[in-house]
Amino acid sequence: MGPILLKKVGELAAVLLIVSFGTFMLVSLLPNDPAVSILGQGREPAEYAAVREELGLNDALPVRYLDWLGSAVAGDLGRTVVPPYTDVLDRIAAALPVSVELAVLGMAMALLFSIPLAMWSAHRAGGRVDRVISAGSFGVLSVPSFLAGLLIIMVFANQLGWFPRGQWVRISESLGDNLYHAFLPALVIALAETALFTRILRNDLITTLQEDFILAAKAKGMSARHILFSDALRPSSFSMITLLGISLGRLIGSTVIVEYLFALPGMGSLVIGAANTGDFTMVQGAVLVIAVIYVLTNLLIDLSYGVLDPRIRRAHV
Amino acid sequence: MNSTSALLPDRPAAEQESPVLIVDDLRTQIHTPRGDVQAVDGISFTLGRGKTLGIVGESGSGKSVLGRTIMGLYSTGPTMTVSGRVLIAGKDVHTLGASGLRELWGSDVGMVFQDPMTALNPVKKVGVHLTESLRRHRTMNRAQAKAHAAELLNLVGIPEPRRRLDQYPHELSGGMRQRVVIAMSLANEPALLIADEPTTALDVTVQKQILDLLDRLQDELGMAIVLISHNLGVVAGRADRVAVMYAGRVVETADAAALFGLPHHPYTEALLEAIPRLDQPPHVRLAAIDGAPPNMVAPPIGCRFAPRCRYAQSDCTLAPPSLDGAVTRGIATPGHSFACYHPVNAGGQ
Amino acid sequence: MSEITQVSTPPAYGQAVDAAASWPSVPRRHRSWSTPGAAAVTVLGLTLAGLGMAALRGANGWLQLTAVVAGLALAHVGAGRLLRRRFGSGFDLTSWLCTIWLVLLVLAALLAPVLPLGEHKDIASTLDAPVFARPDLLSEYPLGTNNFGLDLLSRVLHGARASLVVALGAVAVGLVIGAGLGIVAGFFRKVTDAVIGIFTNSLLAVPPLILLIALATVLEPNLRNLAFALSLLALPSIIRMARASTLTFAQREFVLAARAMGASRLRIMTRELLPNVLLPLLSYAMVMISVLIVAEASLSFLGLGIQPPEPSWGNMIAEGEGNAFEQHPHIVLVPGVVLFLTVFSLNLLGEKARKRFDPRQAKL
Repeated sequence: MGPILLKKVGELAAVLLIVSFGTFMLVSLLPNDPAVSILGQGREPAEYAAVREELGLNDALPVRYLDWLGSAVAGDLGRTVVPPYTDVLDRIAAALPVSVELAVLGMAMALLFSIPLAMWSAHRAGGRVDRVISAGSFGVLSVPSFLAGLLIIMVFANQLGWFPRGQWVRISESLGDNLYHAFLPALVIALAETALFTRILRNDLITTLQEDFILAAKAKGMSARHILFSDALRPSSFSMITLLGISLGRLIGSTVIVEYLFALPGMGSLVIGAANTGDFTMVQGAVLVIAVIYVLTNLLIDLSYGVLDPRIRRAHV
Repeated sequence: MNSTSALLPDRPAAEQESPVLIVDDLRTQIHTPRGDVQAVDGISFTLGRGKTLGIVGESGSGKSVLGRTIMGLYSTGPTMTVSGRVLIAGKDVHTLGASGLRELWGSDVGMVFQDPMTALNPVKKVGVHLTESLRRHRTMNRAQAKAHAAELLNLVGIPEPRRRLDQYPHELSGGMRQRVVIAMSLANEPALLIADEPTTALDVTVQKQILDLLDRLQDELGMAIVLISHNLGVVAGRADRVAVMYAGRVVETADAAALFGLPHHPYTEALLEAIPRLDQPPHVRLAAIDGAPPNMVAPPIGCRFAPRCRYAQSDCTLAPPSLDGAVTRGIATPGHSFACYHPVNAGGQ
Repeated sequence: MSEITQVSTPPAYGQAVDAAASWPSVPRRHRSWSTPGAAAVTVLGLTLAGLGMAALRGANGWLQLTAVVAGLALAHVGAGRLLRRRFGSGFDLTSWLCTIWLVLLVLAALLAPVLPLGEHKDIASTLDAPVFARPDLLSEYPLGTNNFGLDLLSRVLHGARASLVVALGAVAVGLVIGAGLGIVAGFFRKVTDAVIGIFTNSLLAVPPLILLIALATVLEPNLRNLAFALSLLALPSIIRMARASTLTFAQREFVLAARAMGASRLRIMTRELLPNVLLPLLSYAMVMISVLIVAEASLSFLGLGIQPPEPSWGNMIAEGEGNAFEQHPHIVLVPGVVLFLTVFSLNLLGEKARKRFDPRQAKL
């Protein structure tokens, strides 16, 4: 807890303020009158005026922004502008757990796959396995997630019929069923992340494995597995942690796409549905929530450096 | 040091007689994209219990590769080829499998590295560095290993060992870290310690402390030491025997006193002349060795030092002189041999 | 340390691919093949691929595809060895193929309106054309047709026009604005830097695809607006790179010399800094373009980008959703493979370009 952290928090506050303003201003980017886009053409002028009044469009811009921000902070993100005019926050609260679960599962799967792959690759750097993993991961990185998702659905859901598509079981109902339904979507999310993590971790592992302390551990008679897991992994994970922050953006992106592909009731489906119907209050609310989560997660990732590297831990205190 | 007895079990008498380390015609060839490098080229020696062999040479002379090959850290694989034999405490290092090597390392032989900054894992506590090897090689539980680790730190002269166990390497000074590295290599009382430039990365004042520590530990634990250094001064007072390496080969080897007193190989002579001496009058120019070590991908055919040697004659570039050759020709003794056709400070010419 | 304390907002999009691209080379030894051996493998591969295309026309589509892919892979291995033998071990066949692919694609996209291609969007004119025709290089519809009988080759090339125009436009806009802001931030430091920094971080605070979707909600989905939205994705990393380079170069002697000679600040920024900042940025542009092509395709796939019947790779792939893909895989595979090859080529060449032209290779 030092001035560094304070400065960070201050910066974050500024960033969130700007993001919220940008989100709020989305409406003004609408090519035509929001009232018209809500009600459609050909209504009475009084009806349009009433909607404008309700949206507060007649006030001055700063007033409107502060109003909007005030209620947003208080937990009121407004109502959707298309039927059935439900509460935006309620919809988000229902959808968010699905997305978070998918993202976490995807990330966990990616780590589960990539750590052994990277170790295998780095342990036998330059060998056949390394080359295959290298080429494979580079290739996978060039496959957009929606394409990978379509292929995986076709093979595993449609052709082989091993996994379902388009249904969702909440964790509260049945954990097993929930995981069964979440497996394929999470796999799609994990694919690109796995390729990315494998490459980064492999690169760092190779650098670490050339360090003297690895040789010293070897000279103490420690086994190759002990050296890889206990000596090499942690010092090699710093780039990956940085990357976790970078790939979080991609992760959210692929979660959106996967929800759309598998028709799962998460934030992605919510946002895409809203975008297609021009439901801008919904989009505003969702963007705001996602941005806040995204920025805070990145802060956490930043702080996790200290846990992994004792040298930084001391500098932070 | 009262803990010595606990750390030094009585070894059988027979083992004390036979050499701890036998190196026989060791060769290490490193494959690089630019070609194969003969980093260690036919080196043989033996080292008895409690003795110290100093290996001296410029950087790039192959002395570190030699140390790591003796250890078995370097062995035949895609990037290098090793031939010859290394026996440590009677075990043929290069015929041991992976698990045999792990048994050997840390129990029969330990290694001290050049830079204590890099030889300790920055994310592991000092205690873990010591205990993981203890628990690996001996059946010790966590508490026993920790107690023993504290004893080890005490042995290498680190005050407050209990507190140090819970510190990270970056919280210690350079000299302290090197003491930890030494403690780490001594954890299971190896018969042989390979110290690769153990003082190069340290301040001059700390260098002496570390060398004194190694001396003392050798007296107390009776291990043999291979002391590798580019610095003749480091080796001078500490080694019983010295081998001078040049371009992968030993060019001269003798008891320390004989070698420093009357060097026969022109390279040894040049090395000695390049050391500043207090007994010289001021403003005497130090003799640097002209030129650079040879390109090891395509080394000179004859004596590898010939291109830089002020005594070189035409026969020097024809065939490489050998240590044995000088002995058979009667110009050297097995106790003090050198690979040179035209030795200095000698009657034979 | 300093690097870790600086950034607390999400790092730039595209940097991920960037970071993953560097792959420390480890010495590797090729098993030496004899020249005739390599040549034989090449010929065998090409024959297999050719047979797959010609002889298996009526057979199972998957079988045909497997034969063609396996043949091409074999030919690639053989030809790679053959050419390395001929031009030295530094020869990289894959990079050359990627270059050729991109050049052909750009040329075909440029010339698409004048090339003798089938109909790409007018459904009324293809009432007689076969629907879901299978790809057959020797037929009138080399890459097949879709559910309206529109020619997929023609659609893929017209889709390439959209993808390339949008991505290139966005990168160009991003470069102009981003390099400008980055240089200004790095040159003036202090408050200017802080303000631009917060602006950059704010752009990064919304995940890329979410930002695109939000903009797509309110903007008309035309090429200009798409390019604008995508340029917002490209902007943050460009600003950061330009700022980082400026910080390094501003300390160099030639800038100090210009200052000492009384050059104006504008002159220093445009004449001294800009050329030096631009080179590493341009080497990064390829990876940037590939990221934006994927982003545009994703948006169009979600139905928020380029609208059918106007073709784009994303909305072409979206046509295969549901049962169409299962029954007529080429609907997805044709645009999918084209998209993959393009992204792969850009990533591969981008990596090479960066290794060559970005001497810093440092973290930003």
